[in-house]
Amino acid sequence: MKIGVLLKQVPASDSRIKINGDQTGIVTDDIKWEINPYDEFALEAGIQLVEAKTASSLVLISLGGKDAEARIKDGIARGVKAKPEAIRLDDAAFVGSDPLGEARIIAAAVKKAGVVLLLTGKQTIDDDNGQVPAMVAELLDLPQVTFVENLEVSGDSLIAHRAMGSGQVDVVKSPVNAVVTCDKGMNSPRFASLPGIMKAKRAKIAVWSAADLGLEASSVGAGAAVVTEGAYRLPAERPSGKIIEGADAAAKVKELVRLLRDEAKVL
Amino acid sequence: MASGILVFSEHDGGKIKKTAFELIAKAVSLNMGPVSAVVVGNADTSALGSYGATTVYTVNGDAFSSYTTGSYTKALAAVIAKADPAVVLGAASALGKDLFPRLGARLGAGVVTEATELDNDGGLVAHRPVYAGKAMVTAKPLGLALVTVRPNSFGIPAAGSGSAEVVAVDAGVSAADSKVVIVESKKSDASVADLTEADRIVSGGRSIKSADQYDAIIRPLAASIGATPGASRAAVDAGYAPHSHQVGQTGKVVNPNLYVALGISGAIQHLAGMRTSKVIVAVNKDPDAPIFAHASYGLVDDLFDVAPLLQRELEAL
Ligand SMILES: Cc1cc2nc3c(=O)[nH]c(=O)nc-3n(C[C@H](O)[C@H](O)[C@H](O)COP(=O)(O)OP(=O)(O)OC[C@H]3O[C@@H](n4cnc5c(N)ncnc54)[C@H](O)[C@@H]3O)c2cc1C
Repeated sequence: MKIGVLLKQVPASDSRIKINGDQTGIVTDDIKWEINPYDEFALEAGIQLVEAKTASSLVLISLGGKDAEARIKDGIARGVKAKPEAIRLDDAAFVGSDPLGEARIIAAAVKKAGVVLLLTGKQTIDDDNGQVPAMVAELLDLPQVTFVENLEVSGDSLIAHRAMGSGQVDVVKSPVNAVVTCDKGMNSPRFASLPGIMKAKRAKIAVWSAADLGLEASSVGAGAAVVTEGAYRLPAERPSGKIIEGADAAAKVKELVRLLRDEAKVL
Repeated sequence: MASGILVFSEHDGGKIKKTAFELIAKAVSLNMGPVSAVVVGNADTSALGSYGATTVYTVNGDAFSSYTTGSYTKALAAVIAKADPAVVLGAASALGKDLFPRLGARLGAGVVTEATELDNDGGLVAHRPVYAGKAMVTAKPLGLALVTVRPNSFGIPAAGSGSAEVVAVDAGVSAADSKVVIVESKKSDASVADLTEADRIVSGGRSIKSADQYDAIIRPLAASIGATPGASRAAVDAGYAPHSHQVGQTGKVVNPNLYVALGISGAIQHLAGMRTSKVIVAVNKDPDAPIFAHASYGLVDDLFDVAPLLQRELEAL
């Protein structure tokens, strides 16, 4: 059984975000890039399944430009014992895809690569869409299990724990031929080892185009988008607050409660 | 031609969630044509009309006793085909965020995730946070729009006196429509609202120092005002609180009316998860802690002194 893991590079979670002049996106000059933190859980799960011989092989799939290769290599380095293949999906026709377009590209790659179980992060921390995995599942007519915090694979089925909100956790069983999105709590992602980093330097990353994937250029990219996004801006600043003074903790607490009740009216 | 707004109305064991009322009221105010609601599974739908829904579509059957992607996607697709709305709104909940993208791919529709503001500009315009709330973007779906909305974005107005016509839809869903089966459903603390939907949250940070102190200080303080307990990642990683309690960029994004942070420094990843809270209270003994720059009310003091006093004052209200 082959496991696929989707990797995306995103600005590091502590990045300060600035908007570019024409409001089409962010200023990327000073950005430090990392693997999307949720993808790290998917990657770790994939590596562990191969190490445990539950799965036979691992393929890392990333939709992105050449600048994403450093992140793919980071992924290869971490998974070095699982000897992952790596595929980057890149074509001028892909530019401007909305999540459905991205899902078409990724679904075609997942199929071509022969992936049985696709592991992804529950969302990326740049676009914060969390749409692509479920869309890939629908396009491939596969079951999806999202927001998974615990995953066990045995034979041709998997058991996953997914948080449903309001303190409810559903334990579900699915065929292993599925899309699973990973949440925090699933595992503790490893860092790359030095030998891993050395090996990853020489690793080959395949590049697949629209033609390689058998995709009509018109089915992806800006022209096929059913959602357009623009007018990036910084969020409204919070009005500055006040520090509550008082002789002692008790006096400050009394004043806080008074303000919450009478001024903010939230009690 | 497609027109109007259909609100996917979630319920909790038959009781419609308040996020549904919030979305129906907002849908009415957008003035984009008739507002209808869809309820999947057995629930008391009588209140939906009083917030402005004129039609309530219900889909019932054994397949809906608990949520599965396959059964709900088919049910929603059938209702959309019948109601022919221009826009479908739902809460950005664990369920909504699982369902809407699947439905979008099935119908070829544009999906917008976690909108925090909606406008009618001759068509639906949604505004939503990106980069974990460090930026905002405007999203315009072309054609059918499927939009999840962050709970508590608009508030709930008082109910009116309207009532809705109930239309039962047979979506032809059977157990075979879900390849995923629920083995077990564990409900831990049903009395406490989910963080993402909570109206009030009390969070503790690394400084709480142990799981015992988290349980002895943060939980009872939260309980005193019906708040949901939360935590920083440092507190979660140290094992003081479960993963499900983490607020922030790699935890829950929350939007309560009141967020109380005790002994939390205000790292950018934590702020990303709670910065849209209406009122933020920070208690920290370091006057230079970054959280104070974002707090509506700051209290420079030791949390171990403040928390019991605060609990007593709140219980006395
Ligand atoms: C990829 C990534 C993702 C992350 N995601 C998240 C996330 O989702 N959520 C999150 O919270 N963090 C996240 N972080 C971690 C974040 O960077 C911070 O490390 C974390 O938020 C710090 O938690 P803290 O404020 O509890 O601890 P600290 O930063 O250690 O702060 C403790 C605070 O408590 C105060 N204090 C100590 N004792 C007392 C006392 N007795 N009374 C009052 N105040 C006291 C101190 O003055 C200090 O300000 C992430 C980091 C990375 C790299």
